[in-house]
Amino acid sequence: MLAYLIRRLGQAFLVMAVMATIVFFGLFAVGNPVDLLINPEADLAEQEETIRRLGLDKPVHVQFGFFLAGLAQGDLGTSFVHNRPALELILSRLPATLELAFLGILIAVVLGIPLGMIAGLKPEAPYSKVIMAGSVVGFSTPNFWQGLMLIMLFAVFLGWLPAGGRGDTVDVLGIPVSFLTWDGLSHLILPALNVAIYKMSLVIRLTRAGTAEVALQDYVKYARARGLSPFRVVGVHVLKNILIPVVTVLGLETGNVIAFAVVTETVFSWPGIGKLLIDSIGLLDRPVVVAYLMLTVFLFVMINLVVDIGYSLLDPRVRVKGGRS
Amino acid sequence: MTADTPLRRFVVDFLASPLAVIAGLGLLAIALTALFAGIIAPQNPYDLAQIDIMDGSLTPGTEGFGGFTYWLGSDEQGRDMLSAMIYGLRISLMVSFVAVSSAVTVGMVLGLLAAARGGWVETLIMRIVDIQLSFPALLVALLLLASLGKGVDKVIIALILVQWAYFARTVRAAALVEIRKDYVTAARAAALPQWRILFGHVLPNVMPPVLVIATVQIANAIAIEASLSFLGVGVPITEPSLGLLIANGFDYLLSGRYWISFYPGVALLVTLVCINVVGDHVRDILNPRMQR
Repeated sequence: MLAYLIRRLGQAFLVMAVMATIVFFGLFAVGNPVDLLINPEADLAEQEETIRRLGLDKPVHVQFGFFLAGLAQGDLGTSFVHNRPALELILSRLPATLELAFLGILIAVVLGIPLGMIAGLKPEAPYSKVIMAGSVVGFSTPNFWQGLMLIMLFAVFLGWLPAGGRGDTVDVLGIPVSFLTWDGLSHLILPALNVAIYKMSLVIRLTRAGTAEVALQDYVKYARARGLSPFRVVGVHVLKNILIPVVTVLGLETGNVIAFAVVTETVFSWPGIGKLLIDSIGLLDRPVVVAYLMLTVFLFVMINLVVDIGYSLLDPRVRVKGGRS
Repeated sequence: MTADTPLRRFVVDFLASPLAVIAGLGLLAIALTALFAGIIAPQNPYDLAQIDIMDGSLTPGTEGFGGFTYWLGSDEQGRDMLSAMIYGLRISLMVSFVAVSSAVTVGMVLGLLAAARGGWVETLIMRIVDIQLSFPALLVALLLLASLGKGVDKVIIALILVQWAYFARTVRAAALVEIRKDYVTAARAAALPQWRILFGHVLPNVMPPVLVIATVQIANAIAIEASLSFLGVGVPITEPSLGLLIANGFDYLLSGRYWISFYPGVALLVTLVCINVVGDHVRDILNPRMQR
C-alpha cells in the first residue's frame, strides 16, 4: 500500500509539472494584456511603469522562471484586473462553488439511488420505464439550456425563485454560506438543481445496472431464503454492493461538477470560481486563468488519488492488486 | 433464407427495437434537414435583403409585415427563428461530425501503434491518454479555445484534441486482443507488411467498439460545442450554431421572450436524445455479454 501511494504521488507531481508548463506557454499566446489594461490616455512613462510592475517586459523564459519559483511558494501571481493575489481571489470564490457542487451531488444521490434501485428491481414496470426515459432526457439535455429553462419556468413564468446571484450569506467559521438564510437558499435551489439533474441521471443509470446485476446473485437469493424482509435485503445486501461503482463515478464526477460549474455559474450569475474563470478569460487576466488551472489540476489529481484509495478500502480485491503492482 | 452475415444480423437486431428505429429515423431527418438547409429553410437568415427589422421579436406563429409567417417567432433583428435554427443545426452537426471523424482517425492510428509496438511507445501514448481523460473535456476545450481564440476551425481542433484519447484507448484495448488471434499469425506467416496487417486485417475487427464510442462522442461533441459557444469562446457570431442562438436568446429570456432560446434548445435536445438512444441500442447489440 505504501509503495503504491508513493508511486501515485510521484505520478501526481509529474502531471502537475507537465500541466504547469503547458498552461503557462499555452496562455502566453492569448494576447497582449498590456493593450487591454493600460489606459489609452496614459503617457509612455506610465505605460512602461505598468509593464515593468506586471513583469511583462521580461523575456518569456524569465517570466516562466518567475512563475515556477512563485508556484513552489504557492504564489500564482497577481490579478491584473483585481490587483489581488490570484490564488487569494480564487480561494475567496471557492466556497460558493463548493456549496453549489455539494448540494447538487447531495440532491443527485438522495433522489438518484432510490429511483435507480426501483428501476433495477422492476425493470418491466411502467414507472421504471418512465424513470429511465427521464434519465435519458436528463442525460442528454445540455446543461446551460436546462439552466435557462429552469430560469424561464421558476423565475420568469412562475416568479417563485430568483433568476441569479447569490443572495444573503451567513458566515460560518469565517466562510460565507448561503443555505442558512431563506434568501440565500432560494438563490441556491435553481443552480443546485441544474447541477443535480445530470448527475442524478448518471446515478440512476449506474444504480439500475448495478441493482439488476446484484439482484440475481446467490447471496441475495440466500438472504431472501433466510426470510429477511425485502426492505432489509434491498436496503442492506443490494445497496452495499452497488455502492462501489456509484462511489467511484461520483468521486470522479465531483471534479466534473466543479468544471461544469463554469456553465451553471455563468447561467445563474453565481459568484463562484467558474464565473471568475470566464470573466478572466474575457479580460485576458492571465494570472487568474493560470491560477485557476493549476488549482483545478491539483484538485483533479487529488480527487483521482482519493478515489483510488477509497476504492481500495471499499473493495478488498482492488487492494490486493494495488498492493502488488 | 439468405446467408446470415454479421451486418444482416445487426440490421435485424436494430429493427427489433421500435424506440431505436424512431430515434434512427429522427436522426436521419435531422441530418437531411441540416444537409439541405438552403432548400428547406423558409428564409436565408444571413441574407440581409430577406430579413426585415420591422418584424423583430415576433411571437411564434405571427405573420410579419411582408406576409411571412414566423412559425417559431423571430429574434431582435427580425430573423426567422426556424430558419436560423436549421442553419444553426447545420453548423453544430458539421463541427461535431468533422471533429469526431478526425478524432477517430487520430485515435485509431495512435491506438494501433500503441498495441502493435508496445514498449515505450505504448507507455507514452497510454500515459497521455490516462492523464487527458482524467480532466473533463469541456474544461480542456474551454482552455484550449481561451488560448486559440474563436472560430469554427479552432472549435474543431479543440474537439479533436479532447476526443482522440477515447478512441486511442478503445482501439488499443481491442487491438491487443485481435493481434493474438490466429488470422494475424497467418497474415504474418504470409509475410504481409505490418501496416497491411494492422490496417487491413486488425482494423476492421476493432471497428464495432469504435463505432459505439463514436456515436456517443458525436452527441458529446455537439453538447460541448454548444456549451463553448454559449460561454462565448466557440463559433463566431457570423456562423451561429444552436448553442450561440441559445446564448443570444438568453438576454431576452428575462423579459419573457422565451422562444429565441427555447426552440433552438429543443432542437439540440431532440438531436442529442436521438443520438443517445441509437447509441445505447447499438451498444447493446454489439456487446457480446448481452447477446441473446
